[in-house]
Amino acid sequence: MINTFIGNLGHFFVISSFITSLVAAYAYITATVESDIIKAQSWKRFARTAFYVHGGLVVGVIASLFFIIYNHLFEYHYAWSHSSLSLPVYYMISCFWEGQEGSFLLWIFWHVILGVVLIRTNRQTGWEAPVMAVFALVQAFLASMILGTVIPGIELKIGSSPFLLLRDVMTDAPVFAMNPDFRPEDGTGLNPLLQNYWMVIHPPTLFLGFATTLVPFAFCMAGVWRKQYESWVKPALPWAIFSAAVLGLGIMMGAYWAYETLNFGGYWNWDPVENAVYIPWLVLVASIHTLIIFKNNGTALKTSIVLVIATFVLILYSTFLTRSGILGNASVHSFTDLGLSGQLLIYMLFFTVAAIVLSAIRWKEIPTSEKEASAYSREFWIFIGATTLCLMAFQVLVPTSIPVYNSIIESFGGVSNVAPPADQVEFYTKFQLWFAIAIALLSGTGQFFFWRKMDPDKLKSELSVPLIITLIVSAAAMLIGKVTNPVYILLLTVSVYSIVANGKILLRFGRENFRLSGGSISHIGVAMIFIGILFSSGYSNIVSINESGLLIFKDDPGNENLENTLLWINEPRNMGEYELIYKGQRVDARDVPVYVDRDLLSPTETPRLTIATADFLHDGTRYFAKGDTVQIHPENTYHEVQYTDRETGKQFTLYPRSQVNPNMGLIASPDIVRSLGKDLYTHVSAIPPTEEEKEWAEMEEKEIKMGEQFFANDYVTKLTKIERVDQVDGVDLQEGDLAVQAHIQVMGGVEEYILKPIYLIRDRMVGRIPDTSHELGLRFTLLNIVPDENKFVLGMETSQKEYIVLKAIEKPLINVLWIGTLLLMFGFSIATYRRYQDYRKPAKKVSSSAKSQKSRGKPVSV
Amino acid sequence: MKLKYIIALIVVAVSVTIIMSTAGDASSYVTFAEASTLAQNGEDKSIHVVGTLKKDADGEVVGVEPSEDKLSVSFVMVDENNQEQQVFYNEPMPADLLRSEQVVVIGSYHDQHFVADKVLLKCPSKYQEEEIS
Repeated sequence: MINTFIGNLGHFFVISSFITSLVAAYAYITATVESDIIKAQSWKRFARTAFYVHGGLVVGVIASLFFIIYNHLFEYHYAWSHSSLSLPVYYMISCFWEGQEGSFLLWIFWHVILGVVLIRTNRQTGWEAPVMAVFALVQAFLASMILGTVIPGIELKIGSSPFLLLRDVMTDAPVFAMNPDFRPEDGTGLNPLLQNYWMVIHPPTLFLGFATTLVPFAFCMAGVWRKQYESWVKPALPWAIFSAAVLGLGIMMGAYWAYETLNFGGYWNWDPVENAVYIPWLVLVASIHTLIIFKNNGTALKTSIVLVIATFVLILYSTFLTRSGILGNASVHSFTDLGLSGQLLIYMLFFTVAAIVLSAIRWKEIPTSEKEASAYSREFWIFIGATTLCLMAFQVLVPTSIPVYNSIIESFGGVSNVAPPADQVEFYTKFQLWFAIAIALLSGTGQFFFWRKMDPDKLKSELSVPLIITLIVSAAAMLIGKVTNPVYILLLTVSVYSIVANGKILLRFGRENFRLSGGSISHIGVAMIFIGILFSSGYSNIVSINESGLLIFKDDPGNENLENTLLWINEPRNMGEYELIYKGQRVDARDVPVYVDRDLLSPTETPRLTIATADFLHDGTRYFAKGDTVQIHPENTYHEVQYTDRETGKQFTLYPRSQVNPNMGLIASPDIVRSLGKDLYTHVSAIPPTEEEKEWAEMEEKEIKMGEQFFANDYVTKLTKIERVDQVDGVDLQEGDLAVQAHIQVMGGVEEYILKPIYLIRDRMVGRIPDTSHELGLRFTLLNIVPDENKFVLGMETSQKEYIVLKAIEKPLINVLWIGTLLLMFGFSIATYRRYQDYRKPAKKVSSSAKSQKSRGKPVSV
Repeated sequence: MKLKYIIALIVVAVSVTIIMSTAGDASSYVTFAEASTLAQNGEDKSIHVVGTLKKDADGEVVGVEPSEDKLSVSFVMVDENNQEQQVFYNEPMPADLLRSEQVVVIGSYHDQHFVADKVLLKCPSKYQEEEIS
């Protein structure tokens, strides 16, 4: 029976949450513009209630959708297309962000949480009404994306609801014509790539990052709107830093997930979807710097306003790029187009135009400082740093938008055939590398301008020690790391310099007041990220390279090398400093701590249930016995590859994973050996066809004697034994039956295989049960026994033997990148805490003014 | 004040460089004929060609030849002007190559051979499930 109640309830929640957000927006706007204080107060209370009700309804929407997924109500399209019966509960939450609707919902949910926090912390400050007005408006736009309502009369569909029934989505499916109450037994499941713990935490973090960018924007708009041009900075700053931390963490989690799960060989691919979040993050960080300049000396207010608005608009732009389908071929992982592009465009343009118009009206009134810019002031250098960040963002923005230019030109009837740069990594690196050098240099030097004015002599004496340390350290690093590329040398040197310089500041002031150390810690983190990227990407080393040359250039050495290596099963092969042996396919069985040989488990009709063909022991524990039903994760195959270091003899085993997905082909995930200095990263790039798709050559008959050697699929093979058996799997032996089993020994490389075909006689009828080894690509049938000549007739069929094509890459110092990331986040957190305290306890600053005389030399900390 | 203008000048210069270089490095969607002309004129930049795999009368894909060691593949592609071209790809054959309904190759001509650096495949219903079992 179809459960329509829960879907209708969910849809009702969606519609009411949309309406309440509009009500809250209207009431908050009225409360802001109302001059009568008492009336404004009552509007504000009403608006607050409306927002709380809105929040409750959003929770109701999420609960309804979760109910549908949790209870496997596959009559709903969302549950059917994103979940399945075998999906563990902890991945059900990932269903929310596999689909567009669910990810909008997540975003809306974070705004609700942030809105409630803002209401509760700003009741007395006067910011509540204007800030929440912006919030509620954004909520209305977001809620409209999942509205799924058709406006009658003009047949305009607004939003795409997650509560659609399958039969309403697949109106053409014949099954619904026969039976409208048809309900699929199982869903199509969650994309296996998303079944990864990083995918449980990465999207919520990223969306919290998206959501938090709204807070500084809302404060900025509120300030401009209410002509409080300067006072919005204090409450906005801690939120901006918090947002940079969360968004940055979200981006890096995505990078880590890509590194661990995808097989493009790295953590960053300059894909438009990645770029779309990187751009606003850079601008956000730039805006933090200009806000700090403003707090320090009252300049750069207008720049700050522009950058805060730009950050939010770029977030909207990124949403538009990834969700409207405009990227098309340019990206591998944007969302499916839900026909929301018009709505997304309106959403983006509304806030862009509103923010620009509002600022333009007030522009002349916004105070500016007439202070002279001096090359010896710290603010000057912070400003240059912020400018560099913006240029860095601009450089990524221009090419990422290429599909947009094409669409614009085409919408005016033109023809445009511009494609993104062919080698994206090389193209972006060319620029970003130089920006990184500038950032490292500035973040190192800027820290020395902690006196308001610095003269050349002082600067020299301050800088000499760090410079010497830098030169020694980077010279050593260059020798050990064999860095010879001049640009890399430069980046390495300035990064080390930034670490040394910031380290010096950290030592000097961090002990005195740890609260102030956020800036230096963040900058050390950034410099470490640069070093990590420099080595892990610039010096990544393809271990599996071989010089046999490309198909057409076989005779022309020096041409393209092949980057992969072919491993036949059980045949050792040298690769770089290792000897590799591919040992075969393994599967992940539930409640078994190690991977299990696929041949031990024979498939049933339900892919996730298998029957054990033998007992399985590991470390003395028996995990399953012959005949047991074993539950496995059927979509994942692990390929056991044993590495032996040819010099030291040290051995380790890697299990790169492959998934054959009917929709996406081969999906390979790497396995990584981590060590302090480098990661060894291995993934498969091709695997043989599945057992069902395998083609077998025609049977060849062989007449052989006991012990006679012959070749089968290039393996040395012999018949070692013929015996009578009393038991045959799958056959009930009756009295008078005769069952004979042959033992055929196959020397399959480093392993020895025994194949046991069976010859069965019952009532003068002959039955033959062949034995197959998929690994060897061999199938033997005992066709006949010729007792007079002591000969046996074997039927031999051959097929593709098991192999993998594998790629292995070394990534030096990649851990420096991850450690740097953690430091950056830690620095951001300290700075958030400090700036939030500044905002909550402004009195403290005044009371310590006596002390501030002495501590005029406090460091610039973010 | 002077400093401000110098900075502004540098910013403008860098921005212009960025735009120019993007325009210069941007690839383009072309046909094999155009790509061949470009290569003859000494342009060695990689370009994008959109097309499909060659199919025989029965709709079976023909001309796909993985190398013996399975480490590279060559296939025959038909571009939008119905021009056929053998394409060499220096990576193992992508698993869903044969099922693809559209192929985008990014690469360039080396003499008479088209060598792809990257192959993008568009497969039927890649991101959405259409059938109910």
